[in-house]
Amino acid sequence: MFTFTLRRLFFAIPTLLVISFVIFALLDLAPNDPTGDLPLTIPPEVREQIRASLGLDQPFFFRYLAWLHQFFINEPLNILESLTGWQFGDGERMRVLSWATRSPVVDLIVQRLPQTLWVVGLAYLFGILIAIPIGVISAYKQYSVFDQVGTFISMVGYSVPTFFTGVLLVVIFSSYLQWFPSVYDTNLRVTDFSSFVAQVKQMVLPVAVLSLYNASQIARFVRASMLDNLHQDYVRTARAKGVKEKAVLLVHVLRNSLIPVVTVIALGVPTIFSGAIITEQIFRVNGLGQLLITAVQGADIPLVQTLTFIFAVLIVLFNLIADVLYGILDPRIRYD
Amino acid sequence: MTDATATSSAPVTASTPARSAFADIWKQFRAHKGGVAGLVVFTFIVLAVYVGPYIHRVAPNQINIRDKNQWPSLAHPFGTDNLGKDMLAQVLAGGRISLAVGITAMLLALFLGTLVGVLSGYFRRLDGPLMRLTDLFLALPLLPLLLVILLLFRDTLRSAFGPETGIFILIVVVIGITSWMHTARIVRGDVLAVKSQEFVLAAKSSGMREYRIVLRHILPNVLSSIMVSATLGIASAIITESSLSFLGLGFPSDFPTWGRLLFDGANFLQLTPSRVLWPGLAISMTVLSVNYIGDAIRDALDPRAVKR
Repeated sequence: MFTFTLRRLFFAIPTLLVISFVIFALLDLAPNDPTGDLPLTIPPEVREQIRASLGLDQPFFFRYLAWLHQFFINEPLNILESLTGWQFGDGERMRVLSWATRSPVVDLIVQRLPQTLWVVGLAYLFGILIAIPIGVISAYKQYSVFDQVGTFISMVGYSVPTFFTGVLLVVIFSSYLQWFPSVYDTNLRVTDFSSFVAQVKQMVLPVAVLSLYNASQIARFVRASMLDNLHQDYVRTARAKGVKEKAVLLVHVLRNSLIPVVTVIALGVPTIFSGAIITEQIFRVNGLGQLLITAVQGADIPLVQTLTFIFAVLIVLFNLIADVLYGILDPRIRYD
Repeated sequence: MTDATATSSAPVTASTPARSAFADIWKQFRAHKGGVAGLVVFTFIVLAVYVGPYIHRVAPNQINIRDKNQWPSLAHPFGTDNLGKDMLAQVLAGGRISLAVGITAMLLALFLGTLVGVLSGYFRRLDGPLMRLTDLFLALPLLPLLLVILLLFRDTLRSAFGPETGIFILIVVVIGITSWMHTARIVRGDVLAVKSQEFVLAAKSSGMREYRIVLRHILPNVLSSIMVSATLGIASAIITESSLSFLGLGFPSDFPTWGRLLFDGANFLQLTPSRVLWPGLAISMTVLSVNYIGDAIRDALDPRAVKR
């Protein structure tokens, strides 16, 4: 298991390098001019200076290597310094700078991360907590009314896009009933009970939209996986031994059924960060997704490159975690 | 000669009509209530979108500022938007584009996925590199990349092919080349299973060329999983296109799709909520029906799922 993990980690490095190159090249070689939005009255030589200040006068490979150096060496060192207080060198390192704000990209991401984690992460958690009981009951009482309704709702939740459910909930609960605000206010500080209530209120709608979507996806997996296990021989053996039905279901079957579900949950974690772009846009949550959209619209290439690459790192990382978890949870799986 | 075989085979199929593979699948499919309902709804949507404009004869882009922001009425069954354009006509026109994008992108993804899957399943030497390529594509964060590609290449393609064709080609190609991976993996697995069977060996030993073996013997046998991928591919392509349009980076307002109509309508939520409702409902019903059809086809083709 340990060697398998090491081997996978080792293989992740070339994968990430190739992905970083693809992302960098795609953005860099695209037919667009970063100074194209500036006024036409700027004389050509000044325009050249602006391009030089953005680092665009250097050849492609040099810029790629510089970006790699900044992202993989300078930024981690900076984070380490701020965490531990140690000093490496003189602390004057080139950082990945956003073109639009001229501030380090990593600082922007750190600013936006809490909102995304709160709203989207909470929705993922709720989704899992709703999905598992629904999936278990649907599978145990297959073809019952509960199963029929549950399967239908999860099919609807899985098919209806979040931008429609989101807008629909805004129409009903913000515009018509006026129970919850439709815009997420990031400046709200939780200091007393009333501000806490306001914070909960503004989180209800985005969390509900994403929870429904996540829950319906996971519930389908839980149900299918439970159905696979319910008809296995070991279940009959357990019942024949006189194990109580509750124990058969919740100890024997559920534990075995959750093995593939856990990997699916792990594989879905990167979407917490990148997949919620649309929901953040509907409810004006200024998280990572919204940062990406503004960066894309403003053609802020370094910010887009770094964010996209971070999403790619998360996908590779959680693929690895899912594989390793599968091996740990299921002793029947042998990787070597 | 051909006439003789045709007439001799006709009575045989007529005497056992239910035993042909297609009839079996159709019978299985009909047993799946959701699949039948999905097929009915999907057929209705397709018919409405293509035949509807001949019944509801209002031009989708006709501006009539006096009738702006109307709620549904007899003249405008879905109401009007802030420029007085008829929403029903726009939803129908948008549906044509959305469905066209979904189907074309699905066909492209299906072609790429089948190509990669068959090549890597059949030719051992290509397996490693092609599967690594698939893994690489699966590790790319797709939605951010789609947004970036659209932003960067939009103007170039627009100037090359005109504003409408350019953006159509761009979106179809971009969705197609980012959604073939699952098809490729499924097809590869099936090809690996089919390849080791005797009839392939027989074809090989009779001196059949490799490409003919692939076309005549391998492909027909993996067709079932390709069909399931196809239905699910339409759904995901429509969702992706609408998400891109909803984020304002897809089709322009004067060439609207369902996603774009939703995006434009979202700013008029308080005034005319029906502007959001209809395009959203259209997307949801289409995707839901296509997903149910896909489920039913999968159940019909899965030998383990027969008669539970």
